[in-house]
Amino acid sequence: MGLLKIENLTASIGDKEILKGINLTVNPGEVHAIMGPNGSGKSTLASVLAGREDYEVTGGSVTFQDVDLLELSPEDRAREGVFLAFQYPVEIPGVTTINFLKTAVNEVRKYRGEEPLDAVSFLKMMKEKSKLVEIDQALLSRSLNEGFSGGEKKRNEIFQMAMLEPKLAILDETDSGLDIDALRIVANGVNKLKTPNNATIVVTHYQRLLDYIVPDFVHVLWNGRIVKSGTKELALELEEKGYDWVKAETALA
Amino acid sequence: MSKENDILEEITSSDYKYGFTTDIETDVAPAGLNEDTVRFISAKKKEPLWMLEWRLEAFKIWKEMTTPNWQNVHFPEINYQDIIYYAAPKQKKTVNSLDEIDPELRKTFEKLGISLDEQKRLTGVAVDAVIDSVSIATTFKSKLAELGIIFCSMSEAIEHHPELIRKYLGSVVPVRDNYFTALNSAVFSDGSFCFIPKGVRCPMELSTYFRINTANTGQFERTLIVCEDNSYVSYLEGCTAPMRDENQLHAAVVELVAMDNAHIKYSTVQNWYPGDKEGKGGIYNFVTKRGICLGKKSKISWTQVETGSAITWKYPSVILKGDDSIGEFYSVAVTNNYQQADTGTKMIHIGKNTRSRIVSKGISAGKSQNSYRGLVQVMKRADNARNFSQCDSLLLGNKCGAHTFPYLEVENPNAQVEHEATTSKIGEDQIFYCNQRGISTEDAVALIVNGYAKEVLNQLPMEFAVEAQKLLAISLEGSVG
Ligand SMILES: Nc1ncnc2c1ncn2[C@@H]1O[C@H](COP(=O)(O)OP(=O)(O)OP(=O)(O)O)[C@@H](O)[C@H]1O
Ligand SMILES: [Mg+2]
Repeated sequence: MGLLKIENLTASIGDKEILKGINLTVNPGEVHAIMGPNGSGKSTLASVLAGREDYEVTGGSVTFQDVDLLELSPEDRAREGVFLAFQYPVEIPGVTTINFLKTAVNEVRKYRGEEPLDAVSFLKMMKEKSKLVEIDQALLSRSLNEGFSGGEKKRNEIFQMAMLEPKLAILDETDSGLDIDALRIVANGVNKLKTPNNATIVVTHYQRLLDYIVPDFVHVLWNGRIVKSGTKELALELEEKGYDWVKAETALA
Repeated sequence: MSKENDILEEITSSDYKYGFTTDIETDVAPAGLNEDTVRFISAKKKEPLWMLEWRLEAFKIWKEMTTPNWQNVHFPEINYQDIIYYAAPKQKKTVNSLDEIDPELRKTFEKLGISLDEQKRLTGVAVDAVIDSVSIATTFKSKLAELGIIFCSMSEAIEHHPELIRKYLGSVVPVRDNYFTALNSAVFSDGSFCFIPKGVRCPMELSTYFRINTANTGQFERTLIVCEDNSYVSYLEGCTAPMRDENQLHAAVVELVAMDNAHIKYSTVQNWYPGDKEGKGGIYNFVTKRGICLGKKSKISWTQVETGSAITWKYPSVILKGDDSIGEFYSVAVTNNYQQADTGTKMIHIGKNTRSRIVSKGISAGKSQNSYRGLVQVMKRADNARNFSQCDSLLLGNKCGAHTFPYLEVENPNAQVEHEATTSKIGEDQIFYCNQRGISTEDAVALIVNGYAKEVLNQLPMEFAVEAQKLLAISLEGSVG
């Protein structure tokens, strides 16, 4: 059955309604791509799913593995297996990526009733996962994201995803700012982490990423609604024609 | 914006975990301060005449002085006649072995996580435990004596080592240095004395644990550490007090003397009761700490983690007299709720090639005020003196204040003095990022604060660094649902 089920979700910030009725079902093993013009609400959707409190959910429901996701605190959503790779990852001075992830991994384990990882097993896991996304070990002992290049930050997001092994990963424009090699590496990492039990939502502006991470479905988000859904051919069509024809279609409907 | 402050406000409204009182019979002096009080204290401690005279002279000086008001803290005038200047837990006169300590007192220290049993101190830390006005136990004394190290209470030192006390007491911090040093000199009741002879490296951490128990009592302890040529000691000081509605005064004096090539490392984890969330009660912590690098190539390092007290007013300083000597000051000062802290250091460069390093990390939360005040002074003949200062402030929420007052007085043209300062805030973005990785807001704040204070915490002896980390987290934690 559905891993994630979003029904008629509306959300606003202040007086401004941004999500105007989102419907989306994601099943285990699926990859969904969400595309759409700037300001259409893609990051907002990701934030609302992750539980950011700036946004007020005004209606609708989100079910994740049969639990009401909207009832959970942001940290419990993460512990349940929702992961958000941020469009703009923040810097945390003084806290190394290693130390940060050790805390995070052990919090998630605690939630699942597992023992914390000892230092040796943790470092071993780090080594394996860092190979997967080809991230430089030296980077991980530096303060989290501090002074990282744009691409390094994005790669670090995927590394964290690898470490936390989420059930649902939402990648918000992880491809922007990556050079061509990094793009392939990151995409490879995501593909390797794919299992029949987890699912990925990729938010992107570029069909190029979808050559590497092949989506089962492509959705167009515009003005707070998913106005068109299709398969990966839709992404190609968008690349060629832009968004105007979708907007026009929507206006007619 | 407001949401961020709500979160931070909740997380920073902490509860003090050491606020219990010990129910024990106490020997107390009547409240109030006059010449008789001074005589009473001296008599209680069976002091020699020279000590009494020293105290009486100090009392005379104090009477002529007035409370300083240049610091950035505010408090109602203290009525010195309301304070009890001497309170001692009643127990058998002399404790010959640690087994004879009153079980209630032993329990008190155990509750605080300090064991007075030598065999339980696996890590090898010798402890002098001071409750209210007197030292109740010093561990590992005989073992240290084999090396010629003296580690005992100040009262014992006055009795058994008068020549050392007469030579060094007041030699670094003169009686008339300031209002509180004069007061302390007149009425100090106990504290620790530590003497490391030539060429000896003290094999264990020496530690004094101070606790104020009796209500309305002031604690005026005195610490003196002397390190002869080529010796080393690492000394730790910890403190707590019960929760009480009225403010209590703590006015200590610490003096350090380092001879040629000697190295003194002095660490403090200060956790006096800070008062409640409305700012009621708490300790006034007015302390004068100063060390002198008398000898060539000597070194004095102060490390402090200040989380407690309603008001903290202290500037652990180093007089760099010996050529090539080094002074260091590493500080983390946390203020929360209505706490006020005005703390920093003075580095006085007198000798040639002297170096000093200042790393100060202020953390302000709630409605607190946190000030760094530092003086770097380079005298005329201090050729090639060097100083580096780093003063950072971290703000949690927007109702608190952080202030930096760096003073510089350089009289030698080839001195190199560098000062860096930053102010940052824990942002909602950072907390949400941590939340999204499964870390609760409380843990996120602890993680970020500890990361910020790392450079200072790393200076503490291992076991205490862990304690200090927990303490930082506790001082800032609250009831986040
Ligand atoms: N804190 C905020 N205050 C006011 N408006 C906001 C806030 N956050 C988002 N918005 C608005 O909500 C709309 C949706 O923003 P969102 O970031 O979700 O867009 P997006 O689809 O991710 O765009 P992009 O492709 O540029 O990343 C925008 O008009 C944006 O200005
Ligand atoms: Mg976006």
